[in-house]
Amino acid sequence: MSKPIEKAVKSAPAEAQTTANTTIAIEGDHDHHHAPKGLTRWLYSTSHKDIGTLYLWFSFAMFLTGGAMAMIIRAELFQPGLQLVDPQFFNQMTTVHGLVMVFGAVMPAFTGLANWMIPMMIGAPDMALPRMNNLSFWILPFAFLILIGSLFLPGGGPDFGWTFYAPLSTTYGPDSTALFVFSVHIMGISSIMGAINVIVTIVNMRAPGMTWFKLPMFVWTWLITAFLLIAVMPVLAGAVTMVLTDKYFGTSFFDAAGGGDPVMFQHIFWFFGHPEVYIMILPSFGIISAIIPAFSGKKLFGYHSMVYATCSIALLSFLVWAHHMFTTGMPVFAELFFMYCTMLIAVPTGVKVFNWVATMWRGAMTFETPMLFAIAFIVLFTIGGFSGLMLAIVPADFQYHDTYFVVAHFHYVLVSGAVFSIMAAAYYWLPKWTGNMYDQKLSLWHFWCSIISVNVLFFPMHFLGLAGMPRRIPDYAIQFADINQIVSIGGFAFGLSQLIFLWLVIKCIRGGEKATAKPWERAEGLEWTVPSPAPHHTFTTPPKVD
Amino acid sequence: MQSNSSNKKLTIKLLLATALMFGFGFALVPLYDIMCDALGINGKTSDVAAIQPTGMQADITRTIRVEFMAHVSPDMPWEFKPKVVYMDVHPGEVIQTEYLAFNQSGEDLVGQAVPSVSPGTGAAYFNKIECFCFNQQPLEGKQQASMPLIFYIEPDVPDSIHTLTLSYTLYKFPPQSGESSVVSLSRSEQQAGERL
Repeated sequence: MSKPIEKAVKSAPAEAQTTANTTIAIEGDHDHHHAPKGLTRWLYSTSHKDIGTLYLWFSFAMFLTGGAMAMIIRAELFQPGLQLVDPQFFNQMTTVHGLVMVFGAVMPAFTGLANWMIPMMIGAPDMALPRMNNLSFWILPFAFLILIGSLFLPGGGPDFGWTFYAPLSTTYGPDSTALFVFSVHIMGISSIMGAINVIVTIVNMRAPGMTWFKLPMFVWTWLITAFLLIAVMPVLAGAVTMVLTDKYFGTSFFDAAGGGDPVMFQHIFWFFGHPEVYIMILPSFGIISAIIPAFSGKKLFGYHSMVYATCSIALLSFLVWAHHMFTTGMPVFAELFFMYCTMLIAVPTGVKVFNWVATMWRGAMTFETPMLFAIAFIVLFTIGGFSGLMLAIVPADFQYHDTYFVVAHFHYVLVSGAVFSIMAAAYYWLPKWTGNMYDQKLSLWHFWCSIISVNVLFFPMHFLGLAGMPRRIPDYAIQFADINQIVSIGGFAFGLSQLIFLWLVIKCIRGGEKATAKPWERAEGLEWTVPSPAPHHTFTTPPKVD
Repeated sequence: MQSNSSNKKLTIKLLLATALMFGFGFALVPLYDIMCDALGINGKTSDVAAIQPTGMQADITRTIRVEFMAHVSPDMPWEFKPKVVYMDVHPGEVIQTEYLAFNQSGEDLVGQAVPSVSPGTGAAYFNKIECFCFNQQPLEGKQQASMPLIFYIEPDVPDSIHTLTLSYTLYKFPPQSGESSVVSLSRSEQQAGERL
């Protein structure tokens, strides 16, 4: 039915030119009448592959944008004292860096991967709701246009931290707070639509024979993530709406003068916020569970326990939110409850790490770049998990709270955790997306530069935090100068290393060694049964799964 | 693979769940108050005057330090402070003290004080027989007033509590004029017969 794609590209240089212009080559395999070219192809697209590509590019653009803000933060912190930016702008940078990375880089990257891979993994021709899929992507750039644009308004953008605690965001927020609120509303609507699409696709569109316990782990983890999104994104929307009405319409949700309570803000926010951090890590678990077996030559160890562990993590995530607020003066029994629940999460997470290690145990391992990133994920994510356990201990948390120890902790789980898993996924599936192998030498440069610099960047932050350096402050006591300089150098190196990745992806799209349908000999899954690059239509007749 | 109608059904269910969770976000507001009230954990003291139990015995074997604090909301041009910064009291003993207020502006203003007790678990044992926070407090321009506070700490206050901090934040009460705001002399004021 489909002619070999190599021929199609080679025989049409003009066409190849177009694809280079539109930045990625996913060429239709046959009659093109419903696969338009140029800008409208992307604007009107209802193809899960095109939309997945859009999400991934958008997420990468946001990763670089948020990264640039981090560079400003690290440049200011290179020396004690105030050098480059004034403190209010510094606050805007920490705030928008967080928002852009969470809602612009990590979450859309996972949605992009879900779009690309879930239909191909379950043998479906497309996502269940393709038009909603288009809408959920295309409102996203506007959300970030509003958010980043607010930085250039008089009075500046949001400067109250990505957690926008009241009264910082209500009484003391800048005039542009309404724009922040609307942009978060749009991001929320986008992720909810994405989540609904994922659930409907997985529930209704599985190929015959694809039973629940045959689903790849990536599909399972995304299904659970989607339920988490539906449960907590509306609560976030409620929280920003309350901030909006408190600030502009005289309500008093968080204002004690009118009978409200600012501590309640923190409860509502973290009721969203804690499940949110699992939204940003569960799909990673799915990716790692796909890659480790493929390069160990063994089946995933303990598939069922993986599924149950994911479910337990998701359920427990609703019972631990107040561990972010131990220092607000909670009663002792509440602190104990949240402390023990938090520590309990280490059990299902430990099951996962154990299963990955057991999968590698006595396997015939090979170390291609996706595997390198996956192994780095396991090691570094576990370090982040352990510092999380330290933070869970109430008396210890009183010391660590709001210090760089917390910054080190969540960057270990989000950068060397979530972001590394996204990198691993990109290397793993790039041949499927582009039809070409990536430049392996360049990928090794990217890996080694990233892994060294990420540790130079984040590991010393633990010591800064333990020594008492507070987070979100543009200046610091002189004794922290040396370590901050090391951290900043690591930061610049990590930022630059990601440009290698950008170059590698562009190079891979433009050409390279042709990839076969199954470039990884021992990989498993339906996505490897379709040609590389994946043709415009896949599984129009469902495959048979036994 | 299933039909479009089952997609539609599931989508509608999920949209309903989304709407429900949005509502739940707002339901957290009253839920929070109910929880704090029921468990007595937020340092919110009762806004109803307590009646001094007859035959209450002061437990002179225990002494609890009560610290008094005052904050003024930034848009309120009043000076506001406790007359004494702390007192050492016995549980079960009825104590009287005062807060002092001075209206630094030239206009008549109405203030509302909002109390909070720390540690939060102590709030349930801190009973006010008479408090200026039960009412709005009108004060003419450049006038000062002393505002009374009569309270006792319940004798069964847990042993873990050695110090209670009572903090008032004074807010400007917005639209009302002075006279209408003191319409209701609450029963606390009537009871406080011994008030000096």
